[in-house]
Amino acid sequence: MTHAVLPGAPRGALHAMIRVFNVNKTSWAGLVILLAVIVIAVFAPLFTAHDPLAQDVTRQLSGPSMEHLFGTDEYGRDTWARLIYGARVSLAIGIASTVIAMLVGSSIGLLAGWYGGRFDAVMMQVMDVLLAFPSLILGLVIVAMLGASTPNIVFAIALTSIPPFARIARAPTIALKEREYVEACRSLGYSDARILLVHILPNIAAEIVVMGSLWLANAIRTEASLAFIGLGIKPPTPTWGGMIRSGFENILDSAWLAVVPSLAILIVIFALNLLGDGLRDAVDPKLKNEA
Amino acid sequence: MGEPVLSVRDLTTSFRGPQGWTPVVKGLSFDLGPRETLAIVGESGSGKSVTALSLLKLVPAANGRVEGSALLGGRNLLSLPEGEMCRIRGNEIAMIFQEPMTSLNPVLTVGDQISEALILHRGMDRVAVRAESLHILDRVRIPAARERLDEYPHRFSGGMRQRVMIAMALACRPKVLIADEPTTALDVTVQAQILDLIRSLQDEFGMGVVFITHDMGVVAEIADRVLVMLRGDKVEEGETARIFTGPAHAYTRRLLAAVPTLGSMRGEAAPRKMPDFTEGGESAGPSAAPDRSPAYHDEPLLEVKGLTTRFEMRSGLLRRVSGRVHAVENVSFSLARGETLSLVGESGCGKSTTGRSILRLVEPLSGSVRFEGREAIGMGGAQLKALRRDMQMIFQDPYASLNPRIPVGRAIAEPIVVHGLAGRREAEERAADLLEKVGLEPGMATRLPHEFSGGQRQRVCIARALALSPKLIVADEAVSALDVSIKAQVLNLMLDLQSSLGLSYLFISHDMATVERVSHRIAVMYLGEIVEIGPRAAIIENPQHPYTRKLLSAVPVPDPARRGTRPPLPAEDLPSPVRAPDFVPPERIWRTVSQGHLVQEPS
Repeated sequence: MTHAVLPGAPRGALHAMIRVFNVNKTSWAGLVILLAVIVIAVFAPLFTAHDPLAQDVTRQLSGPSMEHLFGTDEYGRDTWARLIYGARVSLAIGIASTVIAMLVGSSIGLLAGWYGGRFDAVMMQVMDVLLAFPSLILGLVIVAMLGASTPNIVFAIALTSIPPFARIARAPTIALKEREYVEACRSLGYSDARILLVHILPNIAAEIVVMGSLWLANAIRTEASLAFIGLGIKPPTPTWGGMIRSGFENILDSAWLAVVPSLAILIVIFALNLLGDGLRDAVDPKLKNEA
Repeated sequence: MGEPVLSVRDLTTSFRGPQGWTPVVKGLSFDLGPRETLAIVGESGSGKSVTALSLLKLVPAANGRVEGSALLGGRNLLSLPEGEMCRIRGNEIAMIFQEPMTSLNPVLTVGDQISEALILHRGMDRVAVRAESLHILDRVRIPAARERLDEYPHRFSGGMRQRVMIAMALACRPKVLIADEPTTALDVTVQAQILDLIRSLQDEFGMGVVFITHDMGVVAEIADRVLVMLRGDKVEEGETARIFTGPAHAYTRRLLAAVPTLGSMRGEAAPRKMPDFTEGGESAGPSAAPDRSPAYHDEPLLEVKGLTTRFEMRSGLLRRVSGRVHAVENVSFSLARGETLSLVGESGCGKSTTGRSILRLVEPLSGSVRFEGREAIGMGGAQLKALRRDMQMIFQDPYASLNPRIPVGRAIAEPIVVHGLAGRREAEERAADLLEKVGLEPGMATRLPHEFSGGQRQRVCIARALALSPKLIVADEAVSALDVSIKAQVLNLMLDLQSSLGLSYLFISHDMATVERVSHRIAVMYLGEIVEIGPRAAIIENPQHPYTRKLLSAVPVPDPARRGTRPPLPAEDLPSPVRAPDFVPPERIWRTVSQGHLVQEPS
């Protein structure tokens, strides 16, 4: 009550972000690493002079040098160029599938939590069945059946990531449904859609976003795993998983070919986990204060 | 008073906040004699609970700081190391808390929890402990103590759990008992039982009691001396009778004046506003009765007939119905325009479910709810939405009834936009007007709910309910969670709005003294049924049903002179409204006492 309120509606979204990150300082590190990776991937041509697809038979399997920072592969392609162009594919597939899973999963969770009853029971059974499959196996089956195209891979990864979002959305929806302010909304004659979207979703969005950042790491790992077992994006398009797969064949004499993309995956997943943990720490006490 | 058992000097407790250390209790000093009850009274934020926590050294060390001294048996509690304090806590000084529902460990039996203190502090063996636990449970007058010793807390009602808490606190015969709002969460008849219990146990055990409460009625019932706190300071201390008859400090006078006293409205038909003592001085005296009287001769605004709401309880593998909660059973009443009908009763009597059924927030099983001649049961879609414009609800907890993420201006404007009564811009202007109407600044519209105090939030809720210009407001315990002086202000606001807008209220409350103040008529509910209904004066002054009498006699009267005139109540629970699936409710016979005053013949 004492602190002044800035005029204008969406007050301090940025402020809130900063406050959130200050709760857990390591999440800053996660955010910085992640942003750096995204910037390098998006502006890849600025960070390398090489074409990731250009083969050079004179420079097969050459070690790291000033010319080729991380050396070249068996076709003489520049590993650094392939790494940062590959980041585009890996990140795009990871982000796309996580966003889809987030939208579909939290919609299912919201509706199941709100309407309850048979719909809830059936939906949650379906989610349990999905969860029962290891995500890699399920993704493998889907890609093997539908073919290894980008949309199919996104679909496969998204499908395996839906259940956690459905669960994380459902539980707080059930709790909020009983809150007096939701009851007040009903007595004011608001439609279910309005109550769900305007009054419940914003109150559970933080938890879904935290979940999203943690599952993005998982999606990137699944994509790499699928590519590693040969069900990823078809060569010659560079992906991190594909690079590890082809690098693996020369692991004894040209170890950098497999190690460099593995490290890239490690760093991104590490950054995402730092970010996710930080967000979770920030979200938890806040919800307690407002409850 | 003999040698004090507890002597507190210059107790100062501060908490670390964003702006450094803020003192919450400022230099508090008091003495507590043996067999004495000292009531610490104050409104929320006055530091009374923090005082209790400080004495037990339960203030979190990370961001709390306690200074001063508290001598118990010659030792200063505040300077003792934690290890030594552990031996004193629960042994020489014990505490009981407000929430009996959450203060017991759900996975241990009641007997185990009582024994724990005995084993820890008195080093008894198993056999002796069991005998002692049983003895204590008997002492707190729990019926069938031998069987109940091995039961888990969920089998106990709120009142019985509070008895268990007291048993645990008294297990080691402490010299000092600190009771922090021990009866606030309990029903009034149960509260009366617990107060009786604490008083008689105090005599038996010879302990000093620090009784923290906000309820002046309870103070008058139990306290020998009273200490009034305001924002961390002691403003007044004295003998109970002196405080009530000649309060020296303006704040004490204000506090006492804001307490509604049951029976203070003898011979008046209309509701009356509370004396309005605003901060800073006693300005306005009691204002006149609202000028508009209910339109009894017109068609009633709301007519409820035979309303029945039951909840099914299922169990077993096939989820068969194993019982039904008869929450609302054959309830009938009517409400005139501009009238306030109060539904009173204790928790679980179905008063809230009645309100919710009328608003169709829960679906009634059968019965009829006619609103302005239209049948509301079975309405759907657009009709229901239109109906909801005319009926609104105010909820008990102003903290939970606003969306924490939506600025209050938008929360008030939203229903206007949703119902298509105005565009967003105009709706926001109306929201500003409404804020002004409920006594808030229009400029507060951009604030979020957590930037308001409880009383202000309840005003926001009222403004939101008024946004659709309803004809009926169901106020479900709308002022029960508020401090006395805030409560008086909100009640006055509701009465003002009634006289200026001609609103009808269905006022749901457990607080008889407040109900007396605001209502034209009263309906007493018991186990889902209305057992007595009639004009306010008739119900309060000439109660006919035994339950109404019991309810009225249990209300604590803020007048120490009348202490002890009440017959003691037996230790018993409210019967449960859960019935077998094949239960058929009996036919009820009604007797007319006087015009409009009906009473159910006790079965």
